[in-house]
This record gives sequence, structure tokens and C-alpha cells, in this order.
Amino acid sequence: MAQHEHTEHIVKPGTYMVIISSLLILTGLTVYAAYINLGKYNIVVALAIATLKATLVVLFFMHAKFSPRRTQLVIVAGIFWLALLLFMTLSDYVSRVDYRGVHSPFTQVTRPAIRQFS
Amino acid sequence: MHRTEGLYGQFRTLEQQKESATLGMWIFLITEVMFFGGIMLTYTINRHTYFHAFAMGSNTLDLRLGGFNTVVLLASSFTMAMAVWSSQVGKKHLISVCLALTILLGFVFFGVKYIEYAQKFHHHLVPGRNFNIAYCVNNPGSCEDIKPEDLAVERDEIAEAVAADPDLNSHAQLYYSAYFGMTGLHALHMVIGAGLLFWLLKHSLAGQFTPQWNTPVDVVGLYWHFVDIVWIYLFPLLYLIDRHK
Repeated sequence: MAQHEHTEHIVKPGTYMVIISSLLILTGLTVYAAYINLGKYNIVVALAIATLKATLVVLFFMHAKFSPRRTQLVIVAGIFWLALLLFMTLSDYVSRVDYRGVHSPFTQVTRPAIRQFS
Repeated sequence: MHRTEGLYGQFRTLEQQKESATLGMWIFLITEVMFFGGIMLTYTINRHTYFHAFAMGSNTLDLRLGGFNTVVLLASSFTMAMAVWSSQVGKKHLISVCLALTILLGFVFFGVKYIEYAQKFHHHLVPGRNFNIAYCVNNPGSCEDIKPEDLAVERDEIAEAVAADPDLNSHAQLYYSAYFGMTGLHALHMVIGAGLLFWLLKHSLAGQFTPQWNTPVDVVGLYWHFVDIVWIYLFPLLYLIDRHK
């Protein structure tokens, strides 16, 4: 068997306990925040908490914090690619004007009801 | 292929071999990020365009079931992380215990999901001919699992939403299509993950994972945590759109 020095970083159970507790507290917090009327900022708060939770999972449960730089670069590049997808598509949607001269589809479409409630 | 115990010929050390495996898994997970990202983008555009219908649809979901499932899934990520730790320090018995717990929690999630889906069928909330966002409000006798005071709130909400969007029933089907599409694909990923966990359990019971060689545990762990992250986003996006009434 080939010789190798065992330099792998082992995350301790104590760290996992802290992370799972934080995740559960943040879950409670996101439900609590959803019941407060923050207007258009409700979604901002919800996504901020979700991103914080996802970051904790990636860094500690998935060991990204202790991974080689090469692996970390791949993760960051992936997130950047997702940001490109979201940013460029949404910027097209918010700026596009359809044949009637109205912004579409970020406009409430008001057509007659197709089917009445029974 | 030349192979010395666990080490394949193209690698110099076991550590290098393991780093390559996890890097490959991360590249696969990035493709998964793009896959779910496209679906979430569709969701975002529809939610913005038909906000009243999405808010109404979200409020017909059962937050207790969704919240419970979130806790179950986070707990399963913890047991998976503990399985990885057990394999790294060579606690062979504990690996199997942690993997079995992870599978168990996964099945609790499926059970709750079954209850939720069945409820949506009973409440006429599956997109198609018989979709009716106001079914429970108009037929309270058929929806005994909803409290009368909740139905009263729902009645007011529907009246308000129809005033803002006369075609609410069609647009609410877009919400429920997103709901079934996103939670369905997430559940499919969990079914695959559960299959992988059974495979790991078989090998861990045979005592094959050691501190020197535990790559499969690590790689399946990455996959399981990724599925957890998808749910971390789905929970607020689907259940918590417009709860502050």
C-alpha cells in the first residue's frame, strides 16, 4: 500500500451540534419573520435566512471550509454561474415590452374568468 | 487497471484519490444547482406576475406539516454528517447506526409528504379539470381537517384575491404546478438518496469503511446535504409567501 500522510481535516461532532442547532433556530426565525408584515421585504428576509442556512450546510456539513482551494473555486464558480442565469434572465423580463406596448409578463393580466368557482 | 488495495493506479495517494472524487461530486452538484435554479427562476417570474394567486396558494398549504418536514430533513443531514465523522475516525458500528437513522428520517419525510399530497387531492388542489382554489371554502363538510376559523380567513382571502385577479383559479394552478413540480423533483432526489444510503448501509455492515477509505460515505453525504439545501429554499418559497394576515 502506498504511503500517505493523513492530513484530512476531521470536523468534530461538537461543531455539527452547533450547526444543527443554528439551522433549527434559523428555521424557527424564518417562520416567525413570515408572520410579520414587512411588505416587499418579507421575501428578502426569507431568502437571506435561507442563504445563511445553505452557507452553514455547505461550509460545515459539506466540509467546504476545509476543502482544497481548487474545490472551493468550483463551488464559487457554480454559484456565480447561477447568479448569471438569474440576473440576466430577470433583467430581460423586467425590461421587455410586448407588442401591445406593455411590460410583459411583469404586469397583472386581467382577462375575464375562464371558469367560475363552483 | 493497476490497483493496490483501495488505491487506483492513476493516483499517488489515497488523499489525492479522495480529493478527486469529492471534486467530481461537487461538479455534478453544480449541474444540479443549475437544474433547480432554472425551475426556481420560472417560479420567480410566475410569482411576480400572479402574486395574488401564489399568495393564496401558499396559504392553503399546511405549515405544520411543512415545518415538521423541514426539521426532519435538517436532522437527517446531521445524522449523515455524523456517519461521515464515524467513518473518518473508524467507529465502524456507529457508521451503520447513523446511516440507518438517516434512512429512517428520510422515510418519515416521505410519510409526511404522502399525507400532504393526499390532502391536496382531497381539497381539489391538483392542477387540472377539477382544480378549485375555493373548494374547501364552498364545501366545508368535505375538508374536516381544516379548522372553521381558518376557513373563514381563507374565504376573506379568496374574495380579496379574486377582486385583484379575476382569473385566480387559473393562476393558482400555476402555483400548484410549481408546488408539485418542485417538491416532486426534490422527493425524487430523496428517493435516489435513500437508495444510495441502503447501498452504503450494506457495505458499512460488512465493515468496509475505514479511516483510510471512506470515499462513498463522503460523496453520498455531499449529495444528501445538497438535497437538504434545496429544501431549505423550497420551504420559505412555497409555504411562507404571504402568512402575515
